[in-house]
Amino acid sequence: MALLEVKDLHTSFFTDAGEVKAVNGVTFQLDRGKVLGIVGESGSGKSVTAYSIMQILAGAGKIVSGSIVLDGMELVGADEKVMKHVRGNKVSIIFQDPMTSLNPTYTIGKQLMEAIMLHTKRNRKEAWDRAVEMLKLVNVNEPEKRMKQYPHEFSGGMRQRVMIAMALACEPDILIADEPTTALDVTIQAGILELMKDIQKQIGMAIIMITHDLGVVAQLCDEVIVMYAGGICEQGTADEIFYNPRHEYTKGLMRSIPTTSNAGRKLEPISGTPIDLLNMPEGCPFAPRCDQAMNICIHRKAEKKVINSEHYAACWMNEKPN
Amino acid sequence: MSDKSEMNNTAAQSGEEPIIRVSHLKEYFPINTGFIRTKPLKAVDDISFSIREGETLGLVGESGCGKTTAGRTILHLYKPTEGDVFYRGKPIRTKQDITEFRKHATMVFQDPYSSLDPRMTVADIIGEPLDIHHMYGSKQERRDKILELMDRVGLNSEHAARYAHEFSGGQRQRVGIARALAVDPDFVVCDEPVSALDVSIQAQVINMFDELQDQMHLTYLFIAHDLLVVRHISDRIAVMYLGRMVELADADEIYDRPLHPYTKALMSAVPVPDPKVARANQRVQLKGEIPSPLNAPSGCPFHTRCPYAADVCRESMPAFEEVEKGRFVACHRVKEVN
Ligand SMILES: Nc1ncnc2c1ncn2[C@@H]1O[C@H](COP(=O)(O)OP(=O)(O)OP(=O)(O)O)[C@@H](O)[C@H]1O
Ligand SMILES: Nc1ncnc2c1ncn2[C@@H]1O[C@H](COP(=O)(O)OP(=O)(O)OP(=O)(O)O)[C@@H](O)[C@H]1O
Ligand code: SF4
Ligand SMILES: [Mg+2]
Ligand SMILES: [Mg+2]
Repeated sequence: MALLEVKDLHTSFFTDAGEVKAVNGVTFQLDRGKVLGIVGESGSGKSVTAYSIMQILAGAGKIVSGSIVLDGMELVGADEKVMKHVRGNKVSIIFQDPMTSLNPTYTIGKQLMEAIMLHTKRNRKEAWDRAVEMLKLVNVNEPEKRMKQYPHEFSGGMRQRVMIAMALACEPDILIADEPTTALDVTIQAGILELMKDIQKQIGMAIIMITHDLGVVAQLCDEVIVMYAGGICEQGTADEIFYNPRHEYTKGLMRSIPTTSNAGRKLEPISGTPIDLLNMPEGCPFAPRCDQAMNICIHRKAEKKVINSEHYAACWMNEKPN
Repeated sequence: MSDKSEMNNTAAQSGEEPIIRVSHLKEYFPINTGFIRTKPLKAVDDISFSIREGETLGLVGESGCGKTTAGRTILHLYKPTEGDVFYRGKPIRTKQDITEFRKHATMVFQDPYSSLDPRMTVADIIGEPLDIHHMYGSKQERRDKILELMDRVGLNSEHAARYAHEFSGGQRQRVGIARALAVDPDFVVCDEPVSALDVSIQAQVINMFDELQDQMHLTYLFIAHDLLVVRHISDRIAVMYLGRMVELADADEIYDRPLHPYTKALMSAVPVPDPKVARANQRVQLKGEIPSPLNAPSGCPFHTRCPYAADVCRESMPAFEEVEKGRFVACHRVKEVN
């Protein structure tokens, strides 16, 4: 049985302008110890998918339908007590900006220890030791001294590592990382990605890595979900997605990024502008921007089609006899 | 840097006069460190290089290393603490020089969200530099010029009367670019012009920079932290660390065969969007944090993190020297480490 099974998830924001269908029928599985990447353009529903799993949606947001089963337990409709337990002990999340998640008025040590005591059965002394151990694990030098310092005394990269330490302190089964390195420099980012990979191997947790950066995905992920307009347009192993993309949006994405081999040549951008979730087209949501769009694309949504045992895509091009 | 190496620097870039030559440029910001005491923050510390007409020089380096300050100081948006900038061989020194220079040299800013005045229409944002430099004879001429610029950057001319906040990020960046091109410059400093954009939109804007360069014979100083973007667009790339330039070379060369220890680490840290390459990649891990520019280390600014540092590195500042034809590196041990 998979560790996490998300089935036909629909999450909407009920705003004055209408229902924003941010997540629109998302289905995927995550196995223990695997790293799953979620990519897709800004506004495609990556964060809302993650927040739905944690049930930390902003006020107007609601899971409309679908199911989220963690370790055999249904989370949709579960009461807040269950979710508190899930959030502390089973699934942790790290956000893009560590400053919003750290309290500037408490020392790093106090914040780490509180998280540890809240979620594991440890006393103060044990929590202190555990916190120091976690700081060491994330390569913060002189951890005993660092415990007594405040967040502003840390650099951006160090704060992000503290956030990782805090997320890992309660030994979650799943770590959700929502753009954890976007604000960091490449050399610092490289260190943090390496670190996440190491820890993931050591303690065998699963990671959901949300990112814009296909380089980060290539480096870290076993499997990849590509999102467009609140839905999954393609899903597969990293190698399948990079070397054998089968949805026109994914293909466009790959053509539009500078790589080591297309230097000096023209990039091929995806034309048009991102979709308006309040006015979703009836057919394939990518059809208005797709060079290959056929008549059927405009009128009917493509079903998820099996490309091979490691790869699915929802694109009419795959139905075309060639 | 010795005067000899600076001569080489210029001479190496073919016989002709470069469009921009930067010589021992420094920009120090006074920082209050207590009651009436200040200390200089050396944001840009003695950089010298040239930019050839028609080329794109990429400028990379980590947050806070001085890229933006270098760009602004070259344009004299900041008064240089020391050093000179030459435009087509002429030094920019007097107020008059600066006014004249600004008709040829402009800047595109990083943040398309905050760099445009929300109360101005797109036409007025683009037209403002024309007003400042009195660059039209009649209202009609002004209007025509604005519409032509909008057309050049792919904005619908029907949108001239709209406000910038009504546009998407990619469109706003186009407005910023049209504004920078209004005076018909030949040198443009582009400060992270695509960093805030989604990848699919990023590609549209990068291509536009390419096309505009051909059409309008532009020379770019292109600042960005995304090394794949910089490599894509640049002819040559310069790398900065803690206010200093540590390496300058052809874009492919510096990417494939970096010589400076910092450049090596930087290039190996780039996440390559190709799983097989990424798996094979040997990363150079850097220890420690980037030092504060207020307390820059003695000697080579990189010695606190450099895997190759020796005594000489802690004691004296390495010169920025031409180690191969057209290739400049500031490292005492460049021969040993390569
Ligand atoms: N609190 C909210 N109220 C209304 N709409 C929201 C809210 N939060 C998110 N949305 C909408 O839901 C959609 C999906 O947003 P989400 O944050 O998941 O995108 P994302 O893929 O994470 O994008 P990014 O890459 O920019 O982080 C967007 O169209 C967004 O405008
Ligand atoms: N106006 C200013 N007054 C004082 N210090 C400044 C000023 N502008 C920049 N600095 C400092 O100068 C150094 C260089 O800053 P700069 O903005 O040039 O870096 P950068 O390389 O552009 O960084 P980023 O990639 O984050 O944009 C930094 O330490 C910065 O804090
Ligand atoms: S001069 Fe020394 S410390 Fe500086 S980069 Fe070269 S080897 Fe490293
Ligand atoms: Mg997001
Ligand atoms: Mg900058």
